[in-house]
Amino acid sequence: MSDFLQVTVQGIAAGSKYALVALGFVVIFKATGVINFAQGGFVLFGAYLAYNVGTTWGLPFVFAVVLAMVGGAIIGATVERVALRPMIGQPPFAAIMITIGVLFVLEQIVTSIWGFDTLNLGDPWGNDRIAAGDVTIAVRNLWSVGLAGAALLAFFLFFRYSNTGVAMRATALDPEAALAQGISPGRVYTLAWAVSGAVAALAGVTLASGSGQLSPGIGYVALAAFPAIILGGLDSPAGAVLGGLLIGVSQALTARYLADWSWLGTNFHTVMPYVLMVLILLVRPYGLFGTREVQRV
Amino acid sequence: MLRVRNLEVVYGGVALVLRGISLDVPTGGVAAVLGANGAGKTTLLRAITGLLGVHRGAITKGTVEFDGKRIDGMEPANIVRMGMSQVMEGRRTFAELTVDENLRAGAYTKGSGPETKANFEKVMDLFPVLAKRRKSVAGYLSGGEQQMLVIGRALMQSPRLLLLDEPSLGLAPLVVEQIRDIIVGVNEAGTSVVLVEQNATMALSIATVGYVLETGRVVKDGPAEKLRDDADIREFYLGIAGEGRRSFRDIKSYRRRKRWSA
Repeated sequence: MSDFLQVTVQGIAAGSKYALVALGFVVIFKATGVINFAQGGFVLFGAYLAYNVGTTWGLPFVFAVVLAMVGGAIIGATVERVALRPMIGQPPFAAIMITIGVLFVLEQIVTSIWGFDTLNLGDPWGNDRIAAGDVTIAVRNLWSVGLAGAALLAFFLFFRYSNTGVAMRATALDPEAALAQGISPGRVYTLAWAVSGAVAALAGVTLASGSGQLSPGIGYVALAAFPAIILGGLDSPAGAVLGGLLIGVSQALTARYLADWSWLGTNFHTVMPYVLMVLILLVRPYGLFGTREVQRV
Repeated sequence: MLRVRNLEVVYGGVALVLRGISLDVPTGGVAAVLGANGAGKTTLLRAITGLLGVHRGAITKGTVEFDGKRIDGMEPANIVRMGMSQVMEGRRTFAELTVDENLRAGAYTKGSGPETKANFEKVMDLFPVLAKRRKSVAGYLSGGEQQMLVIGRALMQSPRLLLLDEPSLGLAPLVVEQIRDIIVGVNEAGTSVVLVEQNATMALSIATVGYVLETGRVVKDGPAEKLRDDADIREFYLGIAGEGRRSFRDIKSYRRRKRWSA
């Protein structure tokens, strides 16, 4: 039982990192209706920026995180202005294809600046562990969980209570009607991409620090967050976080307990998120928290 | 207050939709814009509020002035800030937002200061139905309630000029009466109104001036009471025929007359 709890706790820690990645997807989808495949590129870029500031320049870790987030926001806004703004009014499919192109470009930029070697961000969160009964929890894992929670809370407050958040939701629902209210959709889109870039950078830092290592492969973790947003509901921040946690926990449990079932192969835990996604979509086609389109008949 | 001169609008570089329209809205007045489907009424409103770009349309000739300042080519957000609000055709509530949130989106240019709070109270007084359903999702309101919501949303911008595109569309006669009374109330409170309507009876009953559009041109204009008595308007738009049964010959002649007058 304590073994089960221990594995679950580790799963939650991993899941909260996925949750941060997933939140970035949701912001862009909620505001613009585009699924941003370049999210992995933003995660990558943010992590390497933090490495550059924290390790190469030797500045305190807090600065590294903040500067990485600012850098991520700038990258996000730039991508929107340069690559996606001309696609307004085109089918979302076209914009989605462009984000795939952006992903490749970002990966090339990152590897040409920082190379392919595995780097080390060090242990900025410390190596301490807390024992709670039979379970030990690494402090750095608590940080990931805390950051994911704080990000979710911030998103919730932003979308519910700030005028800009309401304007963003209005623009997503009907850009022309929003324009008629004096809301500029262009600014809303840029803001959404900037916020998404900043969250992605934060996700990148949590993924690359501590036990994780910094390599171009981090971008692929974004793929693991993909089932998280689908099963959580594409337009729901809460769904993204819950989806991320579910994916993390299911992966950890599968890795621990299904390893004995050799007929499944040794790496079944990488498939598990997708199995879970399919199962949940069978029952709830809009995801756990996704909104059905409101329609009066 | 609003002066439109020789306005020409082209969609997608090919379709000439407005062919030189001129129109004046006096301060404190209600201007009715009448016309059949495709006459260019909605396009005229889009050209005034700067929403043509969304539809790949462009003003190719002519000017739009608001308070003596040229606004053609200005950003829609800046036009809203100058005090002009539009209620679009088909209601266009933000369907998944609540009534409250719709009104807040309307107040976007005003922020959340005391002016917005006062406007919010005003809208609640004007539409008691909405006050009861503040937390309801807009998409589930009835058609009439949705129309009230979008009028309220526009009023959150404290407009000096309110442009309404077919507010009576698809509503029950009783609700049309309510909407009519609301427009009169808003106008009496000091807001000038441009009312685009197919329901000419309703529009001319509250208008001070009227314009009749046909295939992108103004074919008739003048004080509303004059238009109400105009024989052609009575026939084509108010559906009040003269005495006696009409023969096919009459119809042919009225078609011809209609074409010539255009």
